Amino acid sequence: MKKNLTAWLCLLPAILFLGIFMVYPLFDVLVYSFEEGYNFASQSFWGTGLYNYSYVLHDPFFIQALKNTFIIVIITVPLSTGIALLISLELSQIKALRDFFQTVYFLPYVTNTLAVGLVFMILFKKTAYSDGLISILIQFFGGPSVDFIDGPYAAKMFVMCFYTIWIVMPFKILILTSALASVNEMYYKAAVVDDTPKWRIFYKITLPMISPMVFYLVITGFIGAFKAYSDEVALFGTDLNAAGMNTIVGYVYDMLYGNSGGYPSYASAAALILFAIVFTITTINLMVSRKTVYYQ
Amino acid sequence: MKNKTRNVIIYALLSIWAIIVLFPFYWMILTSIKSYSSYNSEYVPKFIALSPTVENYVTAFTAVPLAKYFFNTIVFTVVTTGMMLVVVVLSAFAFARLDFKGKDLLFSLFLSLMMIPNELVIITNFVTITNLNMRNTFSGLILPSVTSVFYIYLLKENFEQIPENLYKAAKVDGTSDFRYLFRVMIPISKPTIVTITILKVIECWNSYVWPRLITDDQNYFLVSNGIQEIRENGFGRENVPAMMAAVVVISVPLVVLFLVFRDKIMEGVARGGTKG
Repeated sequence: MKKNLTAWLCLLPAILFLGIFMVYPLFDVLVYSFEEGYNFASQSFWGTGLYNYSYVLHDPFFIQALKNTFIIVIITVPLSTGIALLISLELSQIKALRDFFQTVYFLPYVTNTLAVGLVFMILFKKTAYSDGLISILIQFFGGPSVDFIDGPYAAKMFVMCFYTIWIVMPFKILILTSALASVNEMYYKAAVVDDTPKWRIFYKITLPMISPMVFYLVITGFIGAFKAYSDEVALFGTDLNAAGMNTIVGYVYDMLYGNSGGYPSYASAAALILFAIVFTITTINLMVSRKTVYYQ
Repeated sequence: MKNKTRNVIIYALLSIWAIIVLFPFYWMILTSIKSYSSYNSEYVPKFIALSPTVENYVTAFTAVPLAKYFFNTIVFTVVTTGMMLVVVVLSAFAFARLDFKGKDLLFSLFLSLMMIPNELVIITNFVTITNLNMRNTFSGLILPSVTSVFYIYLLKENFEQIPENLYKAAKVDGTSDFRYLFRVMIPISKPTIVTITILKVIECWNSYVWPRLITDDQNYFLVSNGIQEIRENGFGRENVPAMMAAVVVISVPLVVLFLVFRDKIMEGVARGGTKG
């Protein structure tokens, strides 16, 4: 009996915090999303139903956010995973400077997204004084002058994806390098004895052996990219709707707080739509992986 | 010979990515030591600063409350990490060593909470904190970020690897549960606890979304919000070098932390950190 008490006392803080800030909100967000016309000031509403979902799905800002988010996901997830794989493969083949490269590649992980985003903005932005370093470089090679921050949509999307990849790379390189290091040397030795060509070794040994980790990165990459938000703010400022670069998560926060805020019902509906999308994509990923991933 | 060209290509490609990673850091330091007038007179930015100056750092600390942002972030990081350690160690201890009714069920419930994305619960938390009148307070900033199911799980696994015999021996000697926890389990699990601490510190230092929702009073801004404020309302004019000085000041602590604890951090992240 006394033992029971000690255990529950130890767990009490965790249960309290999780209860108040995780479990209760989870139910509450569902309730909010069905309360129509919820007024934050008087905390009253006039009905229940699917109106919030319908409002969100018909809101041009949400459609824009949905489009931006999907573009970011479709471009950055395969590209970053691919480049990370390439870099990790190269890293695993060298000895000199390997530690140096690994340290450098990891740096973006420990930097403040908002702070470094500002540097990217400076590099890409066109001001009264200067076209910005990147634009000047492009002009040097004969290209047009482009403003990547306030300019055309494609240019903004390019910086966005570039910065996202820059940010997510350290984690992927780290995971893949350790996965490559854990592949049993014996397989490679056997392949060399058999005089197997390099590309065949890659497709038949390396890739299957690290496929669980690649797959792990694809799943977490999808989830992370769907939740993109801070990187966008870092580049384009807090008013993402005006910049036309909002994301789903950004839409949720804008609905909640700020100049356009005060609508927790719309925010809840949008958050649940996002959750449904992420859940569906993750399920599809898991189904695909069962067919393709090689588990030892 | 063929090997040699291959090596050259490998090192060339690796160097390209290293330059892409390092260049923004180089650029922020470079710009931060250019004077305001020389920065604005360079249509094509120069790659070296001809007359380096520290005036931007002075501006960054005097024209905007950067020191205040810094202080707030340190308080936030230390208190959050400290409270998180207490909560996590106690729960991991209960799950790993103590027996009680409903333990397995409760643990599965905890694990299932790991799947809940933050974006889903943040809406209600925002309303809760607002209704409790905890906007623009440290408690409002800290309380929702104190628990982490994942770290409880990580530490519990670690605690369970400590042989049960040690516990029984301690019991026979009449050692209390808590004494055993502090004298045996925590020292043995120190590596994991250090890893958890570092990961949490990184997460706290970089947190942006929650502080932005819950504070609009500059006196409670953390560095992320501070830098955003600097970007939007700035120094009264578009003062890029001073902005970059602020960025350098904000980035330095974590880069130093990383260079000191490099192996610990990389190992910790590989074991289960995603960018928080």
